[in-house]
Amino acid sequence: MSGYISQKPSFNETFFSSLLEIMDGDRIKACLQCGTCSGICPFGYLMDFPPSKMISALRAGYFDKVISNETIWMCVSCYACTKTCPMKIPLTVGLMTRTKEELLLAGNVPVELQDALQNTHRYGNPLGESPRKRALWTRGIEPPVNVFSQTNRPVDVLWFVGDYGSFHPRVQLTSRALAKVLNALGVDFGILGHEENSDGDSQRLAGERGLFEMLAEKNSRLFQKYQFKEIITGDPHAYNAIKNEYPRLNITYPVSHYTQYLATRLRQLKPLLRNRVSMRVAYHDPCYLGRANEIYDEPRALLQAIPGVELVEMTHSKENSLCCGGGGGGMWLDGFQWEHARARLSEWRVREAVAAGVDALVVACPYETPRFEDAVKMVQRASRLVVLDISELLSESINE
Amino acid sequence: MKIAVPVKLVPDLVEELAIDASGESLDYDWLRLKLNELDDHAIEEGLLLKERHGGQVAVIALEDECIDEVLFTASAKGADRLVKICSRPSRNASNHTLVSLFAPLIQEIQPDLVITGVQAHNDLDGSIGPLLAEELGYPYLGYISGIKADNGSVTVQKEFPGGLISEMTVKLPAVLGIQSAEAPPRYVAFSKIRQAMKTASIEERPGVDVVLAPGATVERMYKPEMGAAAEMVEGPPDLVADRLVELLKELGVI
Repeated sequence: MSGYISQKPSFNETFFSSLLEIMDGDRIKACLQCGTCSGICPFGYLMDFPPSKMISALRAGYFDKVISNETIWMCVSCYACTKTCPMKIPLTVGLMTRTKEELLLAGNVPVELQDALQNTHRYGNPLGESPRKRALWTRGIEPPVNVFSQTNRPVDVLWFVGDYGSFHPRVQLTSRALAKVLNALGVDFGILGHEENSDGDSQRLAGERGLFEMLAEKNSRLFQKYQFKEIITGDPHAYNAIKNEYPRLNITYPVSHYTQYLATRLRQLKPLLRNRVSMRVAYHDPCYLGRANEIYDEPRALLQAIPGVELVEMTHSKENSLCCGGGGGGMWLDGFQWEHARARLSEWRVREAVAAGVDALVVACPYETPRFEDAVKMVQRASRLVVLDISELLSESINE
Repeated sequence: MKIAVPVKLVPDLVEELAIDASGESLDYDWLRLKLNELDDHAIEEGLLLKERHGGQVAVIALEDECIDEVLFTASAKGADRLVKICSRPSRNASNHTLVSLFAPLIQEIQPDLVITGVQAHNDLDGSIGPLLAEELGYPYLGYISGIKADNGSVTVQKEFPGGLISEMTVKLPAVLGIQSAEAPPRYVAFSKIRQAMKTASIEERPGVDVVLAPGATVERMYKPEMGAAAEMVEGPPDLVADRLVELLKELGVI
């Protein structure tokens, strides 16, 4: 009926209100439109609506146009925008993730991402592997890795292995290395084996909040079922979920990334590091260990404790670290990213490592070993560069 | 347009397949089942047709452990009616048996169009589509990858080997076997599936007692056996690769 103005809040209004509910969400009102977020965003140059433009669209009342656009899927949830925002707007957890949630609800999801999400729903991991095979990586390790469902023995440490550490053939090697380090230190630990579910953090950042909550509930039931004092994980995304997101669902456990856990035990660890590992290395700060959780020193302390290791910094490090391209669903959007950018973020990083003249690019996140190893194959003069997880260097240095 | 989509579950190949003690069947105790992939495409095609022409989509399946989730997912995507046949002959029921159970229900629904996956990886006695068409007395067209509806008929794209595609028109009611939907099956957010579990309802219907005799009987099921001329290359990947290169050189391929 003409002449009447609808009293129903518009999508623009309800979306804006939802952003205000997020912690510090009201800071979005203070956006200066300085454009720093869009400038630092690794893919901002090809987004039709990079973060600052999204906010201006929201202010102008046409956010529906943002939602009908697919380039937001280029966001790798790397926290670069959040860290540089002068008004401290929670851009990654707020604006970007909420927008992806709306895209997902509207069914605007790239097909390759759908597969990862459907696999997670069905199998509890994005790789589409049988959950029964989750602990197969432990085969042959001595002493055998304690799997809770088999022993039901109380332990000091629950090691949350994560999806890639459990299933990805390359990352399984880093899990085996960490098991060796923990065994050498005499850590009393157990893993959840086939019962473990994806931590769900990257799925959450890719907009699948419902799935994330379901996974968190499933993992929570397991945490309640078994006895342990603390959780460690090799996956910064799992660390971020258990540290910052699970508590919002009333699932609260002390958790540390393995680099933190080992750094507090350096006194016991150092005498074990007897083999010299003569290597010049650069450490890549993973987004979810560095920018998202400000853990910069512990991984470096571990590397510096290894005899023979010379640690150098790349042009971008710590807070300014580059993203490997795998976060926020990027791990499952390789084709989509390539289609839009004809560039891989992991290759930029490998070029920096080559420029730094290092023998090894060292990482502490399960997304990164395979991503950077792939990039090494594509970057000129990178063929001699090796990609190693910190746990692998530690394991190599430990005299058996 | 009234559309009926009969679907079936098939063994999920993510798990290792095992043969049961009888040696005539897969060991279903250890299997996970999943929706036949092409039936998922059939549901999608049904929803696309509904979006274009209006109407109702009914998804029909046999009772099984995970079937409720399959049906609620279809509902969250836009299916209007969910029907579960509560007669469970066995988990490896033949397609003849499934058709005996689907047909009376479909006759009752009186759809304009029946669409189903053109095949499933566990089909042993023909595929569901043509068997169902025979039971219902409807025409059948298979390997369909596009449907245009017109008054009382549909014009379909049918794929042939070698990349040939033909356009055929068939009068309704008809049964179509879907090779692929016009768009990949849509993603539905987990929260929407949970919502559907609370709001949608599944009609439970008893199955019929008399079923068609299976078109094929399994005498023996076994893993592939090595033929006399075959050489299995086993061992660590680098040694396997070396041996393969050797073999290819011997054969003059490289």
